[in-house]
This record gives sequence, C-alpha cells and structure tokens, in this order.
Amino acid sequence: MIWLGLDTANAPLSVALVRDGELLVELNSAMGLNHSAGAMPAVEQLFKRAGIQPADIDAIAVSEGPGSYTGVRIGVTIAKTLAWTLDKPLVGVSSLRVLASNIFTYGVTISPLIDARRGNVYAGLYRRQEDGTLECLMEDRHMALSDLLGRLKKEGNPVVFVGEGARKNEEALKEALGELGRRAHFTQDLPRAALLITEAQHAEHDAVHAFAPEYRRITEAEANWRKANGEAREK
Amino acid sequence: MNDIHILGIETSCDETAASVVKNGREILSNVVASQIESQKKFGGVVPEVASRLHVEQITLVIEEAMEQAGLQPEDLDAVAVTEGPGLVGALLIGVNAAKAFAFANGLPLIGVHHIAGHVYANRLDGGMEFPLVALIISGGHTELVYMERDGSFELIGETRDDAAGEAYDKVARVLGLPYPGGPHIDRLAHEADDAVEFPRARLEEGSYDFSFSGLKSAVINHVHNVRQKGQEVDTASVAAGFQESVIDVVVEKTVRAAKEKGVRQVIAAGGVSANKGLRAALGKALEKEGIRFSVPPLNLCTDNAAMIAAAGTSMYEADIRSDMALNGRPGMELLSWSMK
Ligand SMILES: [Zn+2]
Repeated sequence: MIWLGLDTANAPLSVALVRDGELLVELNSAMGLNHSAGAMPAVEQLFKRAGIQPADIDAIAVSEGPGSYTGVRIGVTIAKTLAWTLDKPLVGVSSLRVLASNIFTYGVTISPLIDARRGNVYAGLYRRQEDGTLECLMEDRHMALSDLLGRLKKEGNPVVFVGEGARKNEEALKEALGELGRRAHFTQDLPRAALLITEAQHAEHDAVHAFAPEYRRITEAEANWRKANGEAREK
Repeated sequence: MNDIHILGIETSCDETAASVVKNGREILSNVVASQIESQKKFGGVVPEVASRLHVEQITLVIEEAMEQAGLQPEDLDAVAVTEGPGLVGALLIGVNAAKAFAFANGLPLIGVHHIAGHVYANRLDGGMEFPLVALIISGGHTELVYMERDGSFELIGETRDDAAGEAYDKVARVLGLPYPGGPHIDRLAHEADDAVEFPRARLEEGSYDFSFSGLKSAVINHVHNVRQKGQEVDTASVAAGFQESVIDVVVEKTVRAAKEKGVRQVIAAGGVSANKGLRAALGKALEKEGIRFSVPPLNLCTDNAAMIAAAGTSMYEADIRSDMALNGRPGMELLSWSMK
C-alpha cells in the first residue's frame, strides 16, 4: 500500500511517499516557497525519485488546516483532485496534529502552535499515548495566545511547544510557563508528510467532492455580515 | 486529422467552471457553478469567499463536465486552465486542480489568458474571420484588441480607470439596485420614457482608450442633487442616460477602430457584451458599415470554461505548453501565441 502525503498548510512544504510503513521519498523545505507554483513540481519530483506512476498510489493524505488560507487550499485542491481522478481514498489530517506528531515523548501535553497574528494562534492540545497514538486533549481552534497560556498554567502539566508559532512567541511562552514549558527542537517545528501519513492511517476516509479545508475561522466578510445583521435584529 | 478534445477549467472570479470542447469549436459540455447566490448578501464578490467556494465545487464541476461529454481522461488531448488575470486566490484553485488532473493523467497543460478565452468564445458560435477587432467589455475589462490572425493580439485601446462593468455595478448600487447591477440597468434603460443627459468621455482626438469614472461621478452627483432637493430619483431615466453615454462612446470607438483596421469582423466578448442595448447599437452601426458583428449567446458571454478550452485549442495547435510550475497570474498580460 502506497500513500502520498502533502502538507502546504503554512509556509513550509512537505511531501512524501510511504510504502507499507517504509519511507520512500520525502521532500521538506521551510523557505523560498510559493505553494501554488511549487507544490505540484515537488509532487512530480517525488514520483520521479520513487520511480512510480501516479496511478500506483493507493491513498492520499493531506494537511487540512488550520493555517494559511491560501496554503491550505492549495494542498486540499491538489489532494482532492488527485483522489477524485485516480479514484483513491482521501484522508484529511489537522495541520496542528501533524506538528504534534513530531513529538514522541509520552505523557507531556503537546502544544502545536501556528501564529495567527495580533496575539492570536491556531492551537490544539495533544498527548502521545503509550501505544504510540496521539490523543487530542483540546480540539483545534483560533484563540488568543494568552487564553491558551492561562489554561496551560492552570492545568500545571509539563508542556512541549512545537511549530513555527512556538518559535515566534518564544518569549511569551517562557514568561507564562517558566520551567513547566519546553521548546521542541527546531527541526521539529516543520511538518513532516511521512508523519502526516502515519496519522492518516488511523483516521477515517473523507468524502472527496465535499472535502474542504478546516479553516477554524469564518471569513471577515461573513463575520461583518453577521454582526450587521445581528445588530439589525436587535433594533 | 485527429479530433482534439480539450478540458477547460476557469476559476478567475466567482464562477467555478469546466468544459470539454472538441476541435475548438464544438461544445461537448459546459458546466458553470455560479457563486452569485452566496455572494449576494455581501453586495459583491468577496475574494476569500470566492476562493473557499471554488475549493468546494472544483472536482464536482470537472466530473460533471467529463460525464456530460461522455469522455474518460485518456480521451483528452490536453487540459487548459485560466492562468490570469483575475483574483489570485480564485485563480490558483483552478490552476492547481488543472495541474493535479494533468499530472495524474499524463496530459499536457496549457495556461490560458482569460480575455483570450472571451474572444475565442466566438469560435464556439459562428466562428472568427480575420482580421478582426474584439471589444472586450466586462466587470474587469474594457479593451479593444486587433487580431490580424489566429493567436495574435494587439491592444489598441483600454480603460484608463474603471472598467465598464465596474461603472455599471457602482451606478446600480447608487440607484439601490440589487447585485449584480448590470442586467437591472439594462432592463430599466429599456423601460425608461426619457433619459437624463450625462457627459460622454471621448478623450483626445483619435484615442481608442476609455474612461468611465467621470460618467460614474456625474451619475452619483445627479442622484445626490435630486435627493437633496427632497425629490424622488427617476431610476429608469438615470439608468437610460448612463447606459446611453456608455454605449455611445463604446460604439463610436469600436466602429472607428474596425474601419481604420479594415477588418472583416467585430466580435464582442465579456459579461457586459450580454447587454441588450449595447448589442443592438453595435449591431446597427456595424451593419451600416458592412462589417460582420458577432456576439456569442449569453452563456458564452459570461465567464465559462468552454471559452478557455476554445482558446486552449488554438494554443495547443500552436504547440504552447505549460509545466507543473504554472501559477495563477492576477495581472497577466494578453500576449500573442502565434509567431507567423
Ligand atoms: Zn470574464
């Protein structure tokens, strides 16, 4: 069974081919990327190096967000188009879960972070179980970093922060949690498509046509519309 | 000669569209999922909303186009997709879907200019006779293009500010008409008993360029003045006056360009070419000059993918290909692909 994995949810790119638990090829980069132009050439490169054809794969895993709206859409569009035209199952995995899966320490709270500007983050909380699986402790959401840190401080468990959002907010994390919080190694801040595939193997298949990103935020236009119409009703 | 079957994909604005065209002329399928209903409440196209909807619709629309055409991917010769211009976030959904589809099925990929698509929509209905002048008139464009032959474009006039369709939408908003406003103004203009007199922006002698911002301001000022006096605005006569001013200028410049270039045909393209008043006036003026006037049926005037497949077929025949690095280009220029 061959899996294709694709993560373009944020600035980094990771694509991988995994056959029966064996990594064939993985391409990772954190810099100088334009996913719209670069994601498909990376996928093309992947197949070339593995020496297989698109039709040889058996399933597709994609990072479904949250993250950069545009980045997530590119990955999802490529993945669902491939899954539909090749008639292969498609599995979407949280981009925060993919970051969390870089951490193999048991017991600690894993806090993957994606920066969402103005003091906000996309965050979820995870924990590595003894059987190796990742348990979700708090569903992915868009929230104020200060709210997340308040919650973690109150819980009082050791926390590992991972992801580019952790790097960007390093000072705030240290200040809020002190000894309780630790930073992952910088190499673990990048999503790994091979681990995305591992996570996808535990998840249910998604309906291909209806598959859409998990933005975890409504659009600004929708928010404004709701506000205006909510106010109109109150009058 | 073997038949050429091309799948076209178009997502440059708020229509998710796919189509299969045979030999650049015969439409086998033409599927358009419009977002107008979803965008209505925002009073215009919100780019982020458009991008989200494209992702949700894209594979369904392509599947529908393939099924209606009764073809399998291996029956296709290439995939043509709108590369630009348009909303960048919307363009790249079509571009990436097209790339993934082409890659998965080992098909050549062709990036198409949206406006070239509008022009080649005429191939799907009655054909193109060169040399010709194309009037491209839509929410994003007001351009006069001279085509000496298949695949060659020379821009001879363009708008210096608003596109005609943009002016239509803004005037419609001032008049309190629902979005999109163009068809409402067209309808009201026909119902009007008289027309308010608005200026014509002809610009300097001999120019083929357009300008609609002055006209738009004149309409807005007129409406405000009437309202300030506590009077009711006669919406129909304002619509009629605005439309007359647009049509007058557009027809005069188009006919002058056609005569000067000595063309055999004038074609109209783009959403505003669906405007009944414009069609009638252009048709009449060109008939007088003995120049053939073509404008495709409504469903080929507004954004669709059949036109992208039609232009893509001409490019395919000229051996134009894109690779997997193809990207959405919001400000793409219209360039010739024929070197002859
Ligand atoms: Zn258009």
